[in-house]
Amino acid sequence: MEPLGTFEITLRILYQLSPVWVTLVILFIFSIAFKRRLGLYGKLFDSPIGMIGFGMVMFWVFTGIYGAMDMIVTHDPLAQLSGMKNKAPGTPLRNPEEGSYPYYLLGGDNLARDVFSRLVKGAWVVVQIAPLATLFAFMVGITLGLPAGYYGGRLDVFLSFLANLILAFPVILLFYLLVTPEIVATGVPNYMAIVLFLFPIVFVTVLLNTRYYTRPKLRNPLLAGVLVIAFWLYLQTVSNGGYLVNTPTFSLWGLPRVLDFFDIPGGILVVFVSVVFVNSPTVFRIVRGLTMDIKTRDYVAAAQTRGEGPWYIMLWEILPNARGPLIVDFCLRIGYTTILLGTLGFFGLGLPPESPDWGSTINDGRKLLSVYLHPALAPAFALLTLVLGLNLLADGLREESLKD
Amino acid sequence: MSKLADYDGPILEIDKLSISFFTRLREIPAVMDFSVTVQPGEAVGLVGESGCGKSTVALGVMQDLGKNGRVVSGSIRFKGRDLAEMTAEELRDIRGNEIAMIYQEPMASLNPAMKIGKQLMEVPMIHEGVGQKEAYARALEVVTDVRLPDPERMLNSYPHQLSGGQQQRIVIAMALMSKPSLLILDEPTTALDVTVEAAVVDLVKDLGKKYGTSMLFISHNLGLVLETCDRLCVMYSGEAVERGSIHDVFDEMQHPYTQALFRSIPLPGADKNARPLVAIPGNFPLPHERPPGCNFGPRCDYFEAGRCDVDQVIPMRPVPGNDRHETRCLRFEEIDWNAPLTLAEQKEKSAPGKVVLKMDNLKKYYEVAANALFGGGEKKVVKANETLSFEARESETLAIVGESGCGKSTFAKVLMGLETATEGEILLDGRNIEQTPIEARDTRTISDVQMVFQNPFDTLNPSMTVGRQIMRALEIFQVGNSEAERRQKMLELLDLVKLPRAFANRMPRQLSGGQKQRVGIARAFAGGARIVVADEPVSALDVSVQAAVTDLLMEIQRKEKTTLLFISHDLSIVRYLSDRVMVMYLGHVVELGDTEQVFSPPYHPYTEALLSAVPIADTSVEKEHIVLEGDIPSAMDPPPGCPFQTRCRWKSEVPGNLCEREVPPQRQLGKGHQIKCHLDDATLARMTPVIKTAAE
Amino acid sequence: MGVFILRRVGVMLLTALCLTFVVFFMTNLYPNLEKLAKTQGNFRMSDEAVATWLERGGYLQSTPKKYLEWIGLAPSYRHVAEDGTVTGRCIQPGMTAEEAPRYCGILQGYWGYSTVFRDEVGNIIATRLGLTGYLMFWVMLIMVPSALILGVLAGMREGSAMDRSLSTVAITTTATPEYVSGVLFIAIFSSSAVGLKWFKGTATSAMENPNFENFTLPVLTIVLYGMGYIARMTRASMTEVMTAQYIRTARLKGVSFHNIVLKHALRNALIAPFTVIMLQFPWLLNGVVIVETLFNYKGFGWTLVQAAGNNDIELLLGVSVVSVLVVLITQLISDIGYVYLNPRIRIS
Repeated sequence: MEPLGTFEITLRILYQLSPVWVTLVILFIFSIAFKRRLGLYGKLFDSPIGMIGFGMVMFWVFTGIYGAMDMIVTHDPLAQLSGMKNKAPGTPLRNPEEGSYPYYLLGGDNLARDVFSRLVKGAWVVVQIAPLATLFAFMVGITLGLPAGYYGGRLDVFLSFLANLILAFPVILLFYLLVTPEIVATGVPNYMAIVLFLFPIVFVTVLLNTRYYTRPKLRNPLLAGVLVIAFWLYLQTVSNGGYLVNTPTFSLWGLPRVLDFFDIPGGILVVFVSVVFVNSPTVFRIVRGLTMDIKTRDYVAAAQTRGEGPWYIMLWEILPNARGPLIVDFCLRIGYTTILLGTLGFFGLGLPPESPDWGSTINDGRKLLSVYLHPALAPAFALLTLVLGLNLLADGLREESLKD
Repeated sequence: MSKLADYDGPILEIDKLSISFFTRLREIPAVMDFSVTVQPGEAVGLVGESGCGKSTVALGVMQDLGKNGRVVSGSIRFKGRDLAEMTAEELRDIRGNEIAMIYQEPMASLNPAMKIGKQLMEVPMIHEGVGQKEAYARALEVVTDVRLPDPERMLNSYPHQLSGGQQQRIVIAMALMSKPSLLILDEPTTALDVTVEAAVVDLVKDLGKKYGTSMLFISHNLGLVLETCDRLCVMYSGEAVERGSIHDVFDEMQHPYTQALFRSIPLPGADKNARPLVAIPGNFPLPHERPPGCNFGPRCDYFEAGRCDVDQVIPMRPVPGNDRHETRCLRFEEIDWNAPLTLAEQKEKSAPGKVVLKMDNLKKYYEVAANALFGGGEKKVVKANETLSFEARESETLAIVGESGCGKSTFAKVLMGLETATEGEILLDGRNIEQTPIEARDTRTISDVQMVFQNPFDTLNPSMTVGRQIMRALEIFQVGNSEAERRQKMLELLDLVKLPRAFANRMPRQLSGGQKQRVGIARAFAGGARIVVADEPVSALDVSVQAAVTDLLMEIQRKEKTTLLFISHDLSIVRYLSDRVMVMYLGHVVELGDTEQVFSPPYHPYTEALLSAVPIADTSVEKEHIVLEGDIPSAMDPPPGCPFQTRCRWKSEVPGNLCEREVPPQRQLGKGHQIKCHLDDATLARMTPVIKTAAE
Repeated sequence: MGVFILRRVGVMLLTALCLTFVVFFMTNLYPNLEKLAKTQGNFRMSDEAVATWLERGGYLQSTPKKYLEWIGLAPSYRHVAEDGTVTGRCIQPGMTAEEAPRYCGILQGYWGYSTVFRDEVGNIIATRLGLTGYLMFWVMLIMVPSALILGVLAGMREGSAMDRSLSTVAITTTATPEYVSGVLFIAIFSSSAVGLKWFKGTATSAMENPNFENFTLPVLTIVLYGMGYIARMTRASMTEVMTAQYIRTARLKGVSFHNIVLKHALRNALIAPFTVIMLQFPWLLNGVVIVETLFNYKGFGWTLVQAAGNNDIELLLGVSVVSVLVVLITQLISDIGYVYLNPRIRIS
């Protein structure tokens, strides 16, 4: 078979991505049709910049999701096919098996794996970790930033000092310290996970309790239900193979293996925890600043004078009114987290070497960059477009939220 | 560049000017068919409520409408030349040179990173090309003219080193640097304290005369316009509705809006029981929701269907017999303008009941670091409240009057339990609460003492519906046993503050300022409050809305027998609604008595000055002219002895520098009237009333 | 002002102590020490042998004790072998125990010995830091002015075509991390596949002889990512200042547009970016590590990777101390500069 031309490659990739296009079109049609009723999200569709950004982000989100469902990928991202090493995009397989896709659309990498399929699978790694890690970082940052800004004083001094401590740490050094196998073996990341993953539970509990404590009939069942689910999820995530922490010298029993339905692979957990750890101080600083600003408003004074507790004021009077800047920062921070994940992959930290994530792929590809471009260029462009999309989205959101 | 050639016609002629702003959705007309003429040496006032387009006119004259604004029709001629036809170059020559502008926020209008001298010297250096030296000499001269102490030091300081009053004087100096022929003042004193405002207004008047400058004075305050202007133009919803000389408009008004405006402001004769204010019904129309025909039609007492609401532009028509007096009313000839006001129901004066709240020698001191940023060991003690003692009775209104830094907000905080007292007692129904912070108070106490806040745009949580916010207060105050009961109670509260029940589901941003303030009142009364602290509840509202909100407060008070502690700096409104008045200055209560006693001599010297400073929109009122020197001292660094001694004009009457050495004792003048002053009885007896009505 | 700087320096030292302790703790965890023992001794050491080896080096003392020794506040550990020979950190080859100083830590100027480079840590860091300093000098020289100009031009007239296009450029560069832009640059400018071959894809030769050909790409790669961020901050600050009331005052005073920008807006608009530039340093350090790895420029960042990757504990500690100090000192400068630039705070 002849290698494909550029035009045909493009066409085939576009066709391969057709589920993504369909979903994107449906999403945009519905969003634009109902944009007046969708609040800030709807207003996004008034700003061309925001729309472009949103489109780019959602493209990768859908690609990641469908890729994870094995819909878009053409080959097993780990399979090494003979004769496909460093082959140019559009090269046909040497002796295709029955039913398998006859081309490497974006060529093969130095281990003769399909670059296109790895790209799509790599999107899933990012789409999975980046938003979730950012969300956790926000939970931590908000739970600590609100009281620091609201109470001020010694608490603020102490927490700010801690935050500055982490911020003064060069990120790469932190990663090298946290994500090496030796550190993983000591169980430090597990301890950090145990602490960091508690924050969402604390957050949700306080949130509901302050709101409904005046109505115990509603509060008690609600809180009990939420807590049970939250703790179960918590144990699911922090407990691995029946242990919370399992090192040669020390182990801590966790959820019995029978009840543990999913395990997070050690590498991912470490990466996740360190990314949360690095991001939360910045979120903390933003939340603290916003809180200090909003707490001088009269509606906060009004809540104080009717005897509301401090946590109600923080979570229900201050936080909702800080949401604009926080949403914008959330988008930016997902992009930043994506870059961080790439950095980790680039240095081969945390994730397994055969992982298809973009950072690792770029690192693999760069070694032969002066001869073979495609293995490194494809993930580089992917990462660039996703982060650019997130930045544009944040810009659009900022612009629209200022127009009120 | 030299000034435009000698010219003896009107300085400014605005003819049928229309200005619109263009948004993505629609065109929003901000000013329509607006005409005004300013003659040389004349001061013209532009009066109206917020959103009526008065500031847009000013920016139109400066040709600085921004990206979205545009002059749609009409012309603005300055000394006979159409400003719209000038090139950017020519405009730049006129700005700051021939036309200068003074703004509302003095702090914001000075460059924070540039020394004041440089900012002043820039003006002649740009326009007249003079050198550094001469520019400096000119700056020095003008700064002396605006009566600032130590001009050389002033020129060498940064804006943030000056007080608000000094900054505004600098802004005025900057405007006068090149002796412009037209000065536009956009609410120049709104951000200042009353006594400082009086001095600034005085200065502007004098300098206008000295430099022969024409002025366009934009304000929402009719009293201020009366004091400063020769002619007046009243604006409503983008249009000029009445225009004429001050005396014609004040005494022979020919437009229903002007009349309604005057009836809704508290003048010396008004009284909450005998002659209550008349609020203008309805709301100010939004620019894109103006009614057909007369804009004021839907709120007008003289409205005639089929005539006033025909979709046409109502022209300005001259009032016969008066000089250049015009009105935009179709029916002005038919209306009997002198018909006595059909009095709204007269209300019984409710008798004050038993003592509910008693303060005894309350003191509140703060410790602050002397230097906020650089920290440092030394701490300063700020004496926010010094020996506060008074009683408040059931269904009584006690007004607390004072300017910034007088400690009235601190007092409110201590009462509410947000702070605890340093010394002294607060007795609520005989129980001590001064050391009980809000967290330790029981629900009953908390719901008994509630507060209404100053800024309507800040008083409601922007991300919760109005109904939810009131229901939350009910939940906290443990009113009602079920969600349904509380919902019912919430709707009743909306009725109480005269808001439609449909508002329960609205977000605060969909409400106007007055409506938000009503929700704030409903929330305060949710737990059946017996003492309500109202912290300047109407000062941020428009004049016509003020009356309605004030009335509402009074009405609820009458119904619920509430004790109202009304904090305000506005003596007119205080005189109108309060039973007793407490005047505060730098943390001290300088005078306390019932309204009659405080508003008539003998006064505390500060009260006297305060009374003189408040502008009154009544041509028949004569005021004694008392201008206080300097600014209010900082509470961080109060003067020794009597707090008011630095600005007191009676100080020389007290022998032996007593004022500078000792804080005066609280003196009883009989019938509960007390003042804190060293003046002897004879001198006090010599004092004459500050406000005299000419008819008397 | 003096008190202020003193307090800041105090906080800075405290931070540095905390951070170095954390690094010390992490690098001295048992698995790391075990690995160290095995790489220094031999890989087939038994557990007992490892323990003896560590014991001899004083690695089995409590962490705070070791930390104080490393800092130079506690006398250094000495091991007396069965035959009476005394070994210890302070005892250099060719020295007797009596001659050797009791204290040898950071404070005494002894930074330890690198197991990877077989050299004194102090020497390594000095050389490497020099190389990186040279790189950073060029980065700052290009990045700061171009970012500020970009930001000011964009923020001068908000919403104009110039603003739109410059902002898009800035956003794109912030979305391109060094490992992406570096790869793109190498692909475009130095690969045989594209064939331009304008620059060299490695900067190894730049260590001895930096020139346009081998030094452009590394500098450009770091500049690009940092520039976008600073430019956006400058733009945001500039647009905010341009809508301020005092700019309107100046305009209505008759000041011409370029004087408004230069005399009235610029100083106020540069306060915020100044802090940003200084706080960029931790990030730039990141970029330096990536770029030095990517272009094989053996500077400070490259050393960090080598030390961390090869479990070179003393070198890693030294590198950490230096990078933490660099970050903290820039923060201090940023604080002082902010106060200096902002008269509102300076004189109060």
